[in-house]
Amino acid sequence: MTTPLIEMRAIERTYVMGDNLVHALRGVDLTIDKGSSIAIMGTSGSGKSTMMNIMGCLDQPTKGSYLLNGKDVSRLSRSQLADVRGRMIGFVFQSFNLLSRTSALENVEMPLMYQGVSSADRHKRARQALERVNLAGREHHHTNQLSGGQQQRVAIARALVTEAPVIMADEPTGNLDSKTSFEVMAILQGLVDEGKTVILVTHEADIAAYASRVVTLRDGLIIEDRQQTPVKAGEVAA
Amino acid sequence: MSLLTTFKLAIRALWRNKVRTLLTMIGIVFGIGAVIAMVSSGQGAQLAVKQVFQSMGTNVLIVTNQSMRGGGPSTGGGGGASLTWEDLTALQAEEIPTIKWMAPVLDSRTQVVSEEANWNTRVYGTNATWFKIRNWEAAEGTLLDEDTGNSNAKVTVIGKTVATQLFGTASPIGQTIRVNGQPYEVIGVLTAKGQGPMGDNDDAMVIPVKTFQQKIDRGIAKYFRGQLLVSMTRDDAAEQTMAKISSILRDRHKLDGSQEDDFRIRNPAEWAKAQQDSTERIATLLAIVAAVSLLIGGIGVMNIMLVSVIERTREIGIRMAVGAKPLDVMTQFLVEAIVLAAVGGALGVALGYGAAHYMAGYFGWPMIFPAKTAAIAFAVSGGVGVGFGLYPAIRASRLDPITALRYET
Ligand SMILES: Nc1ncnc2c1ncn2[C@@H]1O[C@H](COP(=O)(O)OP(=O)(O)O)[C@@H](O)[C@H]1O
Ligand SMILES: [Mg+2]
Repeated sequence: MTTPLIEMRAIERTYVMGDNLVHALRGVDLTIDKGSSIAIMGTSGSGKSTMMNIMGCLDQPTKGSYLLNGKDVSRLSRSQLADVRGRMIGFVFQSFNLLSRTSALENVEMPLMYQGVSSADRHKRARQALERVNLAGREHHHTNQLSGGQQQRVAIARALVTEAPVIMADEPTGNLDSKTSFEVMAILQGLVDEGKTVILVTHEADIAAYASRVVTLRDGLIIEDRQQTPVKAGEVAA
Repeated sequence: MSLLTTFKLAIRALWRNKVRTLLTMIGIVFGIGAVIAMVSSGQGAQLAVKQVFQSMGTNVLIVTNQSMRGGGPSTGGGGGASLTWEDLTALQAEEIPTIKWMAPVLDSRTQVVSEEANWNTRVYGTNATWFKIRNWEAAEGTLLDEDTGNSNAKVTVIGKTVATQLFGTASPIGQTIRVNGQPYEVIGVLTAKGQGPMGDNDDAMVIPVKTFQQKIDRGIAKYFRGQLLVSMTRDDAAEQTMAKISSILRDRHKLDGSQEDDFRIRNPAEWAKAQQDSTERIATLLAIVAAVSLLIGGIGVMNIMLVSVIERTREIGIRMAVGAKPLDVMTQFLVEAIVLAAVGGALGVALGYGAAHYMAGYFGWPMIFPAKTAAIAFAVSGGVGVGFGLYPAIRASRLDPITALRYET
């Protein structure tokens, strides 16, 4: 049996807010296999983003153990975590999180800079990544000159460019209309077909429908975990 | 990330915010500019004072009437003169051991005419020792000697400026210059000395003192209305020599203890020294002012970098999310601060050079580019970038990626 991609054991995350403690996660166990597509659902404030941030090594759990690709990352330094993020994970955010007044190409190249990839290689790979999200010809547009759907595709290209095996998307369609949402979901589904693991955070059932597994959170605990046959977004979008 | 990439990134980030970049740099630009301009001007002024002093001749005292200004015209009436030609003869007769040479100098600004042209210059009446005191050689022909200098011959030795103005490129030797209708034969041309305390040293025409009295002052007078140049044997003999001259003259003028001198003895070396001291003090003061403005420039850099870190919190979060290590983020901001300060420093050196050049032209002192100071100032501005950029850079690197990503601008 191969090592699971993600193995979370009794994960807790407590935020200190002045004198109050906010228990965002209260003991979560979750195992995710490589190459799967999973949607994390739940109402606002249920702990979805907190969980994704920990899975994505942007944050550390207060308690519990977390193995990423078989390796315990819960005690790594900030610098080591940055390294793991750069190699393993591509993020897609609700608010795109692109650098404004900067070209699409430069945005996509950025992760490669921190891996010491040469300038010529960066250009080449960033162009290819933009092609994969159907943005060939828009390389030199500044991100603020692009539509919401186009911006999110730039963000996906940025997540792809490092060839990271995991894509984590936190409400990727939250700021998009339904047509562009389909386009984005089609691209993400295409990545699953290529063998990547896609972890999707959403509170919308029709977005979760594109995943083959749905985990539901409530008040920092998993209340449901089920397999399903995913809807094919490609057919709708095309 | 490679350093080259970091530099490119820094330049792009600074370029993206041109106005702010420029405003941030202004402090550094003016700080460095002030340092360069001040040091350059200070050195130029000091050199100018030194040159003035040297062109007058070293170890020289000037004896004049009390009421007369140095270099003023000796022609024209008016009282106030108390020195007599007999006083001069008496001083000569004393054979004061610290005195090397003495030369009476009469002078007058007059129109002088050649066949071709006319020119307004200063005519000096003196003797052969004057050239020795002023350490002035003939470039062409001869100087006044013992014979001609003490005669009433109508011969003249002229400065380069007069030679050019009256005779152009032709040799003036043997030519005639007319002053007040009288012809003077040019027997020599002096070497060029350039600018001096009273203006162009080379704008001069020298004739024997007796000739001057007869043809320009129009008659031998009792009173001496000129300057007596006294050159001394040693640097440190000034005080002693002045006292000796003073006592002889006071004796001859029958002044008692309560009466003031009716003559003046000036020591240009003292004056030059005082000038030099004060320019040195001013230079030091200005250097301090410049250093303070550089410090303020540095604080300006820090201030803007802190603002920049806050404004770019989200950017920092994004970079961290895609794999930037804390060290990468710190280097990025530090390099930005260094580039900012270094570019500001370079502009400052250029500005300072321009300002110094302008001042040198305006005040007529030599332009000195203080290369060493410029190098130091440039290095210091780079140091200011590191010093004042470090704190904001560390702040940036300590940001938590989650908090930074959630930051709303
Ligand atoms: N940085 C934080 N500081 C304090 N409380 C936080 C922080 N991040 C999240 N929380 C709290 O933790 C809980 C879960 O938040 P989150 O994971 O963002 O939920 P979701 O993404 O499901 O909407 C919420 O109550 C939220 O207010
Ligand atoms: Mg959320």
